Amino acid sequence: MYQFNYKKVETIEEAVNELSANPESKILAGGMTLIPTMKQRLASPEQLIDIRNIKELNFIKEESNNIVIGSTTNHYTVASSDLIKNKLSSLSRLAEGIGDPHVRNMGTIGGAISNNDPTADYPAACLGLGATIKTNKREISADDFFVSLFETALEEDEIVVSISFPIISDSIYMKFPNPASRYAMAGVFMSKNTSEVRVAVTGASENGVFRWTEMESSLLNDWSKSSLEEVKLSPEGIMSDIHGNSEYRANLVNIMAIRAFEGINE
Amino acid sequence: MSLVELEINGKKISQDVEERQLLVHFIRDDLNLTGTHVGCDTSQCGACVIHVDGKAVKSCSMLAVQANDTKITTIEGLADGESLHPVQEAFRENHGLQCGFCTPGMIMAAVDIINRNSNLDEKIVREELEGNLCRCTGYQNIVKSILAASEKM
Ligand SMILES: Cc1cc2nc3c(=O)[nH]c(=O)nc-3n(C[C@H](O)[C@H](O)[C@H](O)COP(=O)(O)OP(=O)(O)OC[C@H]3O[C@@H](n4cnc5c(N)ncnc54)[C@H](O)[C@@H]3O)c2cc1C
Ligand code: FES
Ligand code: FES
Repeated sequence: MYQFNYKKVETIEEAVNELSANPESKILAGGMTLIPTMKQRLASPEQLIDIRNIKELNFIKEESNNIVIGSTTNHYTVASSDLIKNKLSSLSRLAEGIGDPHVRNMGTIGGAISNNDPTADYPAACLGLGATIKTNKREISADDFFVSLFETALEEDEIVVSISFPIISDSIYMKFPNPASRYAMAGVFMSKNTSEVRVAVTGASENGVFRWTEMESSLLNDWSKSSLEEVKLSPEGIMSDIHGNSEYRANLVNIMAIRAFEGINE
Repeated sequence: MSLVELEINGKKISQDVEERQLLVHFIRDDLNLTGTHVGCDTSQCGACVIHVDGKAVKSCSMLAVQANDTKITTIEGLADGESLHPVQEAFRENHGLQCGFCTPGMIMAAVDIINRNSNLDEKIVREELEGNLCRCTGYQNIVKSILAASEKM
């Protein structure tokens, strides 16, 4: 690992000031992505700004029919929260399936979405529930937040403060994990309320997480097995690697969508 | 350099560390507690698992400076003098190890699994061991050891 400076901050303001003063610095949250990347020398920030001590970023609450989660809340805390289990169990189940217990004890929701790994789980929940991401500057809808592979709408001096998920009880996440890394080979987050069906797909596309609009309109038009099976994901633009080629992955997405649909109907 | 003050296995430490030093290297190289192992460079094997403020974490994926002001337990801190911790005893009784490389991480993970789950069964143990790899045992006796230990704790 290359040498860097380390700064632990106590407030959002302090973190933002440090970021603005030194553009070569990076936020350190759980470090479950950043530290392995730095170990491999794929990242070499001049300074790390450790935000895990910022108390106002670590919370879970219910607010006007939304579950709001502070950005440094770790995956274990989300998975074991009684409030989330009762109100939005699809999110608890998703958090419970990230990596392994040790990773869940450190990794944070803010880090997971800011990183926007194409195989990460939380981005699918954000898109699949129509979440809103609050930063130190503004509110961004999930539809606008995830731009492309490892790319988000966040500006250089912008940090994620919280994520607000609408409580939609008819929602579910189905993931086919890579057996070695536990990241998604294909993951589908589906939700349904009276006016909208959302189907978000992670792990599959070369451009990262996306909304499968064709499937959404088909299911909104007619919530049935036959309209689900009418739509098949095209392998074009779907990732291909040693774990599976694009046809295989596209088919996995189709299957995860069927499981999600069946799960909601249960 | 940054000053790190922490408590490890009940002992208070105060020492300057390089910011880029990983916690596992601080523990092994500076504190000479070599029970904590390094088995990979991809944060996947779990040979390095320790407890920081009571939570199981991978010490190869954490900086020593991040551990400032924490309480750490490593495999060396489990036994009470000559008497082994119930999980260590169960691994011994049930042949839960072969070469032993993964064992310190397995045992630290196992203590955490037992602490968090009041009603353990084989399925839960296997799921919970997702972050710990063993190249020798095939896991069978590791699972058996953890279930046996959970009865005694
Ligand atoms: C073995 C292993 C298995 C894993 N398996 C999975 C899996 O199955 N599914 C999955 O989704 N993930 C998985 N992960 C990743 C894990 O979920 C990470 O926690 C997550 O990707 C990053 O969160 P973090 O808090 O560790 O962020 P860090 O590593 O600290 O930061 C990641 C990036 O986000 C930036 N950042 C962090 N917080 C903020 C913020 N509040 N505002 C702005 N920028 C910020 C950082 O600057 C950095 O660029 C795995 C990781 C490991 C090591
Ligand atoms: S050394 Fe392999 S996970 Fe830490
Ligand atoms: S006993 Fe050899 S790696 Fe587990």
